[in-house]
Amino acid sequence: MTQPLSIAVVDYEGGNLASAARAALRAAELSGIAADVVITNEPTAVLQADRIILPGQGAFADCARGLEAIPGLKDSILTATSNGTPFLGICVGMQLMAERGREHGVTEGFGWIPGEITLMEATGLRLPQMGWNELELQTQHPLTQGLGKAPHGYFVHSYALQNTVPDVLLATTDYGGSVPAIVCKGNVAGTQFHVEKSQTVGLRILANFLTWDPKAPV
Amino acid sequence: MLKLRVIPCLDVKNGRVVKGVNFVSLRDAGDPVEQAAVYDAAGADELTFLDITASHENRDTILDVVSKTAEKIFLPLTVGGGVRTTDDMRRLLLAGADKCAMNSAAVSRPELVNEAANKFGSQCVVVAIDARQTAPGKWEVFTHGGRTPTGQDAIDWCREVAARGAGEILLTSMDRDGTGSGFDLDLLKAATQAVRLPIVASGGVGKLEHFVEGAKAGATGLLAASVFHFGQFTIPQVKAALSAAGLPVRPSPAPFAG
Repeated sequence: MTQPLSIAVVDYEGGNLASAARAALRAAELSGIAADVVITNEPTAVLQADRIILPGQGAFADCARGLEAIPGLKDSILTATSNGTPFLGICVGMQLMAERGREHGVTEGFGWIPGEITLMEATGLRLPQMGWNELELQTQHPLTQGLGKAPHGYFVHSYALQNTVPDVLLATTDYGGSVPAIVCKGNVAGTQFHVEKSQTVGLRILANFLTWDPKAPV
Repeated sequence: MLKLRVIPCLDVKNGRVVKGVNFVSLRDAGDPVEQAAVYDAAGADELTFLDITASHENRDTILDVVSKTAEKIFLPLTVGGGVRTTDDMRRLLLAGADKCAMNSAAVSRPELVNEAANKFGSQCVVVAIDARQTAPGKWEVFTHGGRTPTGQDAIDWCREVAARGAGEILLTSMDRDGTGSGFDLDLLKAATQAVRLPIVASGGVGKLEHFVEGAKAGATGLLAASVFHFGQFTIPQVKAALSAAGLPVRPSPAPFAG
């Protein structure tokens, strides 16, 4: 019997961890994958996991600080991903993949994805962007297979990734201009919207993430 | 393009739905978890639970409801009623709520909005405002289910909670609530012009065109309770009416294909 897939949802008091863990478990069930989901702040658990999910809510600077406040946790994510472990960041967890954030001062991100996180202009629109917006797929990718016609994700954010490169964009959305919605490079991916709150579209992306076999580490 | 949000609201008392209607598919019309699942399948864009449990001893019943709902339904969930402290919020968020709506407690201690936003982020802080018209173009904030006047101007209060870090305003017209005569459009227009935050309109829906009017007045979320509970309209009917008026709605997502 093969071992169940181990999924670490990283706990740094940075988000709705229970929702992310429940959605990952449900996605596994729906696709017939045996999975163990743990909510953890232990570097060893992150290093041993088959998949890493990093949720995030609130401000970029607070999340970055929260992650660094737990000894060894950020390093465990950097080490595991450089060894090839697939990673999924959600909302601010996705934003942390960028070079830096400009919410509450300038804070360094993981630097995996070119660009920085800045306040959206969204001229004439409400801020935060709150609600369902359409995902415009930019390329074919295993993570975005099977989403059906006109897939929508649930967004809640005022800051977004800017000045990135087209290569990393799997999907964008339109909010007073094109906004990165799903990014990916090597074995690390992130969604600006909440996959754990995006009904079957989110569950499909999570299920795709669980079976994803990226070839080269970031 | 961002879509309008159609938001059914369930009034929950001691863990049971108040005014629950027996949908054909339900075993138990009073079970909020089952009702939530029906709305989820029908294409609701979010769900709101309003906890109207009066006695302090039964307040934790909502946590169980939230937790069971969040296990089944992967849709944003707002919970309001009885949110007095950041500890109350923490319990609701841990149970699976995505946003917490505070009302009377924020009026009596506005710093609560700042504390909540600093602790959990603005995205989960909803300030619910119950407003009554007092003069043309003037509305006053009421608390305790619309019984207690506060002397506070409702539009000024919108501006203040925005500045304090709220992420959204749930704006209920107490004049219209339960009348079926439509949202208070002047109130909505005044509020949406005063702040940039998303505003959820509440109170007064009785006809399909009321949803269209609310959206045109600037609300990006449209909340209703009884028209959905009593089966007067379905969510697809509301979305069809909005769409026919040229307003953006989310199509119902396809079922999960394995």
